[in-house]
Amino acid sequence: MSLAKSPWIIHVNVNSCNGCDIEVVACLTPLYDAERFGVLNIGTPKQADIMVVTGSVNYKNVNVLKNLYNQIPDPKVVLAVGACASTGGIFHNCYNVIGGVDQVIPVDAYVPGCCPRPEAILDGVVAALSILEEKKKGNIKGKEVKLKGSEVPSNA
Amino acid sequence: MNTNDILLAVLVLIGAPIIGCIASGIDRKITARLQGRVGPPLLQPYYDVKKLLSKDNMVVNPSQNFYVVVYLVFIVLSLLMLVFKQDFLMIIFVYTVASLALIVGGMSTGSPYARVGSSREIMAILSYEPVLILYALAIYLLTGTFKLTAVLDASSPMLMYTPLIFIAMIVVLNIKLKKSPFDYSTSHHGHQELVKGMTTEYGGPGFATIEIAHFYEYVFLTGLIFLFWASNPIIGVLLGIIAYLLIIVIDNITARVYWQWMLKLSWSVLLIISIVNIAFLYVSGVQLA
Repeated sequence: MSLAKSPWIIHVNVNSCNGCDIEVVACLTPLYDAERFGVLNIGTPKQADIMVVTGSVNYKNVNVLKNLYNQIPDPKVVLAVGACASTGGIFHNCYNVIGGVDQVIPVDAYVPGCCPRPEAILDGVVAALSILEEKKKGNIKGKEVKLKGSEVPSNA
Repeated sequence: MNTNDILLAVLVLIGAPIIGCIASGIDRKITARLQGRVGPPLLQPYYDVKKLLSKDNMVVNPSQNFYVVVYLVFIVLSLLMLVFKQDFLMIIFVYTVASLALIVGGMSTGSPYARVGSSREIMAILSYEPVLILYALAIYLLTGTFKLTAVLDASSPMLMYTPLIFIAMIVVLNIKLKKSPFDYSTSHHGHQELVKGMTTEYGGPGFATIEIAHFYEYVFLTGLIFLFWASNPIIGVLLGIIAYLLIIVIDNITARVYWQWMLKLSWSVLLIISIVNIAFLYVSGVQLA
């Protein structure tokens, strides 16, 4: 139960339009007050449990995302917030966009919406908590994601 | 060493983190209430430490693990020396070693955030250390010895003769607890320009050790305030609690300042009022009865 009582999140913005980011930050305001569940927005991946990713991944920031994912100690959970992070959203067929976050790193929970309401994001974090507990119980480790060059592939 | 001493040591080792944990929880609760939020449960720091201990330990280099242990051991040692009424000057030196361990640990990672935090912490040590030494000097002038036995056995409170040093010590408490406006070496609010300062590269059990050491540190620092009214333990404890609550309020009503600002404050105002106090003690020649 210890993990579910103090989930610390790291908020990663990969090419987001800032709409989802504002909603994530709104969760911390007095109106929604995520800290009453022990949720802290922690800046460093080394101390985070839940990775909240907003935006669609592109070739410029894919390595940053992988790097941050690799630096979070196990057990860890990835939460894709917003339509872009879930599927690529309206940017899905852009020349520079890889797609949703799940194309790059394993995603455990999705929060759809453009942009999702703070209630939905909090709901997603709560859903991620049970996954976090399961991972701890089953001793499931996140695999290290290999970094690649950030150049645009020829078929793009 | 007799049985009573060992019992007292065990009591301090077990009791101090519990008190520190609750103090930390009260801090977060009051902060949340002042911001119009509900806030986390009172035992949230305990849940945090429990969670951190259950996570994987991820370090940049193995020496980091050594430095956090040094930090914890020396904080506990300085608290034990305070409880056993040892030499006050020695307590300050032991306590400084603890602070240095955290700085070296931050520097050893090579992360820019940890380095910036560490260099700022060096500046913090530079600003509060002279005041602490003058505090020790005041104890020496009042009792004729650096041993705390004289202060704790005296029948009159030290605050009567050292009011200016008390004011300086409140600011030192603020700097040492890393509360706003002096929270620039590491901060509880991680989503800022500094990330987590010195402790950026610690995670899991390593960071839990730092948190536990902070619990001991809370008790140790309020213990330094307690010494001002040690003749009556109840008033002394109340003084410590009031000082701690004052620090929380100051934390919430101020914004972070430049480190230059703090250095100027401590090397001009704090140092001068401490020296004035020392001069008074030296000239008048009062003794703590």
